Amino acid sequence: MDILYLLIQNAYPTMTVLLIVALGGLLTERSGVTNIALEGIMIFGAFLGVWAIHGLEIYPFTVMTIIVMILVSLVWVISIALLIHFGLSKLGLKEFSLKRLNFKNPENKGYIAINIIFVIIFTGLIVLSFFVFGIPKQLILIIGIMIGGMVGALYAMIHAYASIHMKADQVISATALNLFAPAFAIFTARFIQRGQQIPFSSSFMIQKVPLLGDIPVIGDLFFSRVFISFYIALALLVILWIIVYKSKFGLRLRACGENPHAADSLGINIYKLRFKAVVLSGLFAGMGGVIFVISTSTEFNVTVAGFGFLAIAVLIFGNWRPRGILMAAIFFGFTKTLASSYTALPVLYDLGFQREYYELIPYIATLIILAFFSKNSQAPKALGQIYDQGKR
Amino acid sequence: MHEKKINMKDVIKNVGKVIYRGLKRAFIVMKPSLVAIGLGLLIGLIIMIIFDAGDAFPALGTLLIGGFNGGLRGIGNTLYQAAPIILTGLAVAFAFRTGLFNIGASGQMMMGAYVAIHIGVRYSLPGTLHWIVAFLAGMLAGAIWGLIPGLLKALSNVNEVVSSIMMNYIAGNLLIILIMRYVFNSSYSRSLNILRTAELPLLTSVFPGSTANIGIFIAIIVVVIAHIILHKTTLGFGLRASGFSMPGSKYAGMNTKANIITAMTLSGSFAGMAGAIAFLVVGKNIGTAFEIFPQGFDGISVALLGLGEPIGALFAGLFLANIRMGAFYMQRYSFVPQIIDMIIAVIVYVTAISSALQIVFKRYREQIKSWSKRIFKKKEGQ
Repeated sequence: MDILYLLIQNAYPTMTVLLIVALGGLLTERSGVTNIALEGIMIFGAFLGVWAIHGLEIYPFTVMTIIVMILVSLVWVISIALLIHFGLSKLGLKEFSLKRLNFKNPENKGYIAINIIFVIIFTGLIVLSFFVFGIPKQLILIIGIMIGGMVGALYAMIHAYASIHMKADQVISATALNLFAPAFAIFTARFIQRGQQIPFSSSFMIQKVPLLGDIPVIGDLFFSRVFISFYIALALLVILWIIVYKSKFGLRLRACGENPHAADSLGINIYKLRFKAVVLSGLFAGMGGVIFVISTSTEFNVTVAGFGFLAIAVLIFGNWRPRGILMAAIFFGFTKTLASSYTALPVLYDLGFQREYYELIPYIATLIILAFFSKNSQAPKALGQIYDQGKR
Repeated sequence: MHEKKINMKDVIKNVGKVIYRGLKRAFIVMKPSLVAIGLGLLIGLIIMIIFDAGDAFPALGTLLIGGFNGGLRGIGNTLYQAAPIILTGLAVAFAFRTGLFNIGASGQMMMGAYVAIHIGVRYSLPGTLHWIVAFLAGMLAGAIWGLIPGLLKALSNVNEVVSSIMMNYIAGNLLIILIMRYVFNSSYSRSLNILRTAELPLLTSVFPGSTANIGIFIAIIVVVIAHIILHKTTLGFGLRASGFSMPGSKYAGMNTKANIITAMTLSGSFAGMAGAIAFLVVGKNIGTAFEIFPQGFDGISVALLGLGEPIGALFAGLFLANIRMGAFYMQRYSFVPQIIDMIIAVIVYVTAISSALQIVFKRYREQIKSWSKRIFKKKEGQ
């Protein structure tokens, strides 16, 4: 039983990464843009995210660290302020109506000034508390993931611009991104710190969640020896399911991937929508990159071990549906874990196969599934096609 | 009898005209590639200036001179590197012409390399026959590795990009298994050296000290054959027609499924040859760490730079191998050779957006023209 728990707990990191990145892939592919660049985006996000973590761990903060801290706390405070504002306006309080955010209206000057002052004060307080109390371990991880996500989103914009606005072949521009990311990471890292590895010292694994970890079976399965990223991934899965199937944006997204011309004729801006989808996928992939490095290694060494490509396989395996992706991520996570920890399982170890045989399983499984189910796959119809308004 | 006087001046004039026209046409065809290369180098230069302004210009110079930095030896090594890149580029370009994106050239090359090494190590055949057999077997292995995505695409409409990425990873892992089982050199943890007889004939007499072999000539011959297949035969016509429009060629009565399979198989065989050429050299071994050969991805850049034409792939491959050698020599400055990958990435990106870019350029040119007209008119008015 302990071995089974161990296996499941070992499978969580790979599962988490595959789930998050494949969800990002779901967003772009549902909008009709293929994104082979997920691998490159992951590397790019992981590079800067892990670097941020590396910086935050060194106690006497450097200038870059302080800038990162200020940026991150600014993003937090602003997003919380906006959330409160919109929440209150939804409740129907006139003082917080959406019109008050209009910067051009001179009437709102006082309100906006007060808000900005509050944002500055709160940001300052957060940064100050970092200085005084140090940054908690798990918070460092979350900051790193955030930075990775933001960087990934920015990087994905390059692909979005080429493949949506410049009508480039989506696979080619993505290939360019895949080529650029590792080269840039090696080049920059070697230049600045004379070595391409970026180490980090903290172990972010949570040995046992207090209280919940003591529940007999569930506690062992879900609440011990996990990373916080696991819960983030599950939350993202739910959020994404709601976005894609229950929101206006999701409906438009799906329409855009199935028949962009029809969607356009109903007044949807295809270019904007696809751009948003690709950028969001970059966000997910960047986060996934950081999570991969954090949970499988103790340093960033310019690789995410092909997880970006594997995530695309997960996406196809899961038939472009969130639930399917969850299943596929679990399957792929387990096969990947078998490859890395089969030596701990006497049953498999006695078979005498070497590691590479287990590594082969997910790829061959994908090929077989593709071969048999490709004809009735539910791939978005406009997937990979360049959208041209004038073409009919 | 009215004798025509041959006026030398006219002849020279006419010949000059022909050459000028040819060059002009060539320039128009090559313009997107040249713009891409220019922009790539410019961005590379900017990155280098940001990191170290003093060394940037000499480093770029070294980069462009490339293999010529090292004299005959450098040129020989450039040619050795160029042959596989040209062939993988040809593989990608050939599939591209049929409307397929063969991102799996790496995997095909790896299988070709393994089979060539296997025959080179474990069999002994008389003299010349040995390397010919090893080479052909490598080609065959690549063809089989390309055939699988082709079959999947033709029979059950599997996207060839995804399936060939999977094939790359399968090849990467399979390579390690096969090497450890059959041709393992356990003291160095890599494949064994091939026998002398399996080595491709070297060109050491021309390029002393280098690893140049006849691979470059094979590559050139294969490029010419591919060009003839693509442009002078019925088969090539069918392939190109499927590339232009799959439903159109189907409607015209062509067997598009057979075309897809043929194109992927031929493409795979070119990549397999690349593998055989790169590793049928004594002292070139494959390690047992998981790696997907970068030459396959270089092939994508080469094919794009070469505008999807076999002949274009030849020149683009030579160019790329040359600046890769340049990156090797550039290490004496403070830069890491990875700068070349960044430049290549930018080049690929710019070629991808080149058609839209030209429209943008045109618009700017017209704008500038209209501005200059306005300024000119104002001056006249005064």
